[in-house]
Amino acid sequence: MFEQFKDWYENRHDYAKKWKERTGGKVIGTFCTYVPEEILYAADILPVRILGSHEPQDVSEQHIFAMFCPFCRDCLAQGLMGRFDYLDGITIAQSCLHIRQAFTSWDLHIPVDFKYYLPHPMHVQSPHAIPYLTEELKAFKKAIEEWTGKLITDGDIKRGIEIMNKNRKLLRQVYELRKSPNPPLTGLEAMYMVVSSQMVDKREHNKALEELLEKLPSRTLGEPGERLMILGSEDDDTEFVAMVEDLGARIVIDEHCTGTRYFYEEVNTNGDALASIAERYVKRVPCPSKDWPERTRLDHIVKLAKDYDVKGAIVMQMKFCDPHELDTPAIKEALEIEVGIPIIFLEFDVTVPIGQFKTRVEAFLEIIREEDLF
Amino acid sequence: MLETKYPTEPLKCWNKAKTLRENYYKDFAEAHEKGGLRWAGGAWSFDAIPAGLGDDVYSLTGEPYGATVAFNDKFALECQEATEARGFARDLCSYMRNYWGSILINKYAWPQFSEEFPKADFIWQDHICCSHSKWYQVASELEGGIPMFSIDVSVGPYEELTDHKINYIVGQMHDGINWLEKVTGRDYDDELLIKAVKNEFRSCHYWAAICELNKAIPAPLDEKSMYSLYVLGTLKKSAQWTADFYEKELYPEVKDRVARGIAAVGNEKCRIMTDTQPPWAFLRIFRYLEQYGCVSIGSLYTFGLIGLWEVKADGTWGPKTIPEIEITNRDEALRALADWNLSKPEWQHFYHPKLKSDMMIRIAKEWKLDGVFLHFNRGCEGLSLGIAENRLAIQKAGIPNMPFEGNMGDEREFDLERTMKRVDAFMESIDMEKIRKF
Repeated sequence: MFEQFKDWYENRHDYAKKWKERTGGKVIGTFCTYVPEEILYAADILPVRILGSHEPQDVSEQHIFAMFCPFCRDCLAQGLMGRFDYLDGITIAQSCLHIRQAFTSWDLHIPVDFKYYLPHPMHVQSPHAIPYLTEELKAFKKAIEEWTGKLITDGDIKRGIEIMNKNRKLLRQVYELRKSPNPPLTGLEAMYMVVSSQMVDKREHNKALEELLEKLPSRTLGEPGERLMILGSEDDDTEFVAMVEDLGARIVIDEHCTGTRYFYEEVNTNGDALASIAERYVKRVPCPSKDWPERTRLDHIVKLAKDYDVKGAIVMQMKFCDPHELDTPAIKEALEIEVGIPIIFLEFDVTVPIGQFKTRVEAFLEIIREEDLF
Repeated sequence: MLETKYPTEPLKCWNKAKTLRENYYKDFAEAHEKGGLRWAGGAWSFDAIPAGLGDDVYSLTGEPYGATVAFNDKFALECQEATEARGFARDLCSYMRNYWGSILINKYAWPQFSEEFPKADFIWQDHICCSHSKWYQVASELEGGIPMFSIDVSVGPYEELTDHKINYIVGQMHDGINWLEKVTGRDYDDELLIKAVKNEFRSCHYWAAICELNKAIPAPLDEKSMYSLYVLGTLKKSAQWTADFYEKELYPEVKDRVARGIAAVGNEKCRIMTDTQPPWAFLRIFRYLEQYGCVSIGSLYTFGLIGLWEVKADGTWGPKTIPEIEITNRDEALRALADWNLSKPEWQHFYHPKLKSDMMIRIAKEWKLDGVFLHFNRGCEGLSLGIAENRLAIQKAGIPNMPFEGNMGDEREFDLERTMKRVDAFMESIDMEKIRKF
């Protein structure tokens, strides 16, 4: 049922190359989920999220200081190794400093036709953030128009919003099914589904989701075991998720930029289109780098944990990811002390010590199960 | 003893600089006794704005405080361990960890003024680095919920500035003033704001003018001394005492040193610059360099953290001209302040390392340097941003460079012996030998 999503995830580059051949369209690599893909779809451009490959690499060391997160170095490595050689352009919307370096080093060393750094408010709780971003989106739209030589009409923007919103709506529908006592999908399947949505044409992805939703409600899997939440930095570590679920637990919800933070909110379709897009990206569940002065993310995490009847949470963090490191103690307190959900904290690299983590997760599950050792 | 080639003499205003710094920390500690207010925030925050609340409003800027803690390695370790015990990662900004630790152990780095860490009445921050606002979000929580306001200034490089970007910042500034009135219960005085803005213009201009004088051979100042001087601008760039000190005392004295050929390092025969903050507990590296006749004339960090620069008619870098504009109201003051700050050299590389590489190469040429020491600083993600690309660009420009890894505020991540050996190897590579007088 999820083979298509898995195939897209695993063969993302083949997909993008074939998409180009088939459509003659342009492909843009995006470095962060704050990139307004609505505008790219409006211009008939395929946005492809640049993610790492979870393999050791030695090509990024001279470009990004090793104290920055392994994820941003892994992303850059993909470019330096030529795996994204089909890209016509790259763009980033301002978020954390780490991924920004992957973008700027890509800009310096990997030739592409179009590059755009989209300034994006960090103070998303300010009333000035939406007007500011709206102006930046106008400039971004204009830059895309100049590059493609094609005017983006209001109708095009509306179409871009519809494509994106439909994908968000369908993903939410699938996620709603994960609230049930026996969710009809695993955490691994959900990961393939959401991450692949960031790599393939959303219109195709939407069709696949619609087909999935016809069959999924009646699908029965075995007992879910312990219902877990996984949250933290960027995470598409399928091997880790598979390992956790092999231990008899089920990941029923996530709070990652590769998961719910990517798709959770829709663009309001009333009013000025660009202002509505700006509003969506300003008001979405924030990346921790933008979650200040108030911590709005905590309430959201706790609500997800309750809504999905979570019994334990895996707080994972990409090594050296400062924004998440700055949230971790508060998250631990909110989940463990305030709502009594036990957590396990794990630090990730591009590859994870799966054996060691297995031991730790097993111990964590034993605690949740309140198993007697003797 | 080392050979001397040029005359040297101590700075006459050195003790004044030390007194001004001490007074700053004393004033913060004793603010409440004087009926005044305390605020905490970053060294880059728009400190001219809280100045509108009155002359009895005192600040504690986090980065210089974190560096002060770092200089005292035992105290720093106590702070860092307290922060780690609270669950924070040890790879986070080391200034921030030193600051939080000081709160957690409730000890002030200036015990002669206060044994306990003085709690601020409000937090006034700006945000360009991911750690900026989060630093004070946590600080506020650790201190029981101090009201906090932070202004996002990360609108892109100065060369791409537009009206709507300025409007975004100025809009936040106006909100901030309303917020200040609300949290302090005080009426805001625009005249005091305008005065502070003009002071800031002077501070930033004259600090750059002082650094420009270091183009001279021999250099009148060495970077180790500059650290004790530029710090005033990081404490309170909008203060009358900072602006006056730079304009009326330090600048004339350094200019006079240049005219008389007074050197910072008497045996100067090799000139370098560094990059990013130094490992504060190990400033003796700079004295070690003197054995080679090597002077560090500064860095983009010491020049551009507070100093503002512009390209002059002859194509060289010089102090940014103080705006000749009449400021008659709050909005004009805020717009001028936003525009002025957005041109800060150390804010540009947040968007692209190329912008910093160009400035560093310019300094290397105009200040006639033999090499560059790049501190890959594990303690500061903001200023280490893009440093690997800076190194490649400097290398491509044919400038010898020596990268070394360390941490500005956490001595556990700095290997002095290894760094000294690296210095020896670098010096050998540029044909420099130790100068010894027998």
